[in-house]
Amino acid sequence: MSEALGLYNYWIAIFLMMVGFYNVIARGNLVKKLVGLSIFQTSVFLLYITMGKVSGGTAPIAGAGFDTFSNPLPHVLILTAIVVGIATTAVGLALVVRINEHYGSIEEDELIAQEEGS
Amino acid sequence: MSQFIDMILLAFLIVVAVAVTRTLNLFATAVLTGVYSLLMACIFTVLDAVDVAFTEAAVGAGISTVLFLATLSLTTQREKAHHHYNWGALATALLTGGALVYGTFDMPHFGDPNAPIHQHVAPHYIDVSPTEIGVPNMVTSVLASYRGYDTLGETSVIFTACMAVLLLLQRERRGGASSALEGPTDEQSMQHAMILRVQSKIFIPLILLFALYVQFHGDYGPGGGFQAGVIFAAGIILYALVNGLEKARAIIPPNILHGLVAFGLLLYAGTGLASLFMDGNFLQYRALAHEATHGEHLGILLIELGVGITVATVMTSIFFSFSGRGRS
Repeated sequence: MSEALGLYNYWIAIFLMMVGFYNVIARGNLVKKLVGLSIFQTSVFLLYITMGKVSGGTAPIAGAGFDTFSNPLPHVLILTAIVVGIATTAVGLALVVRINEHYGSIEEDELIAQEEGS
Repeated sequence: MSQFIDMILLAFLIVVAVAVTRTLNLFATAVLTGVYSLLMACIFTVLDAVDVAFTEAAVGAGISTVLFLATLSLTTQREKAHHHYNWGALATALLTGGALVYGTFDMPHFGDPNAPIHQHVAPHYIDVSPTEIGVPNMVTSVLASYRGYDTLGETSVIFTACMAVLLLLQRERRGGASSALEGPTDEQSMQHAMILRVQSKIFIPLILLFALYVQFHGDYGPGGGFQAGVIFAAGIILYALVNGLEKARAIIPPNILHGLVAFGLLLYAGTGLASLFMDGNFLQYRALAHEATHGEHLGILLIELGVGITVATVMTSIFFSFSGRGRS
């Protein structure tokens, strides 16, 4: 039981990662693929932040009366990764918009059919 | 108690993720990802990552949802239905997931203070940084000072991504060249929605003020350039959504906006160069003033400002590019 409690967060992160993964490989819609990608991405964020947590610790900001802190390093990595993540997602979405303007569709199978037809 | 809250929130997260996968309505998908991010931000708060929670709430629940919705308005709102499950993909996901779960059995348990991650550099950051850097928020010291190179790299990635979006979306469309720059008309913006307009008038100044607080108080509490940048951009995007793109562009002309994108990054790199010229190493802020912690304070203030300016203007110009693209 304590095994399950201690690893619960990791398992949830893995489940979310697989949900994102499934969306990326199984769905033909390009927007849905990007949504899957961002779910995948946040699951990694969750994994890192979970690892940084210390029982009985508090947010890593020094103050009188606190001496146990959670690990600040994963926080730094993930905080910047979130902003970089949205910037790169925006590039993906911009590509989707351009693909739609050119082909009139954002479904993978229709795009492939058009490419092979031409 | 906090672990109990954590477990409940994670269970909600699963529900939302499955709902995202099942729905074919892309509009619902975009809104659900906003909910997903907000839940994730709550979980980060419970796990003591207040700075990260800030960012996730502003980026995930705010800006990313708006960008997805903008894309949908330019493309389509429904996903094509497929009447069969993709068993190959499902099997791949299950197998990979199973292998990863098997891998977790060697992982240190949740909250274990003796886990390897807490033994390496983290004790140094926690014990020494409040006196060595002179900044109570350890996340800020690590982000801006100890790992300043890293953050400079990330800021450049954001800058590059912004360039890519501008290159993709600013070019005029072939065929209907003029329609690309028209932007939303009166009906498309929400100028006539009375409640929204009054509310936004009250909220926007508070959002911008809060962003400035987060920017300049980031050394002492949760916050910093990345968070402040996205919050500031969220305020401007809200203004553009309610009052129309043209009015927002009149306040912040695109050429000034694009100039500021580069200015923020240059301010960051320039601070590094300044410390180089003042007999320090690149980004070694203690060279900037006679006393080490004063130099650190000054350096962190400048580079956080650079990050804040770049992030805010990048997010704003990405949104402007999407919403200026017009309808297809």
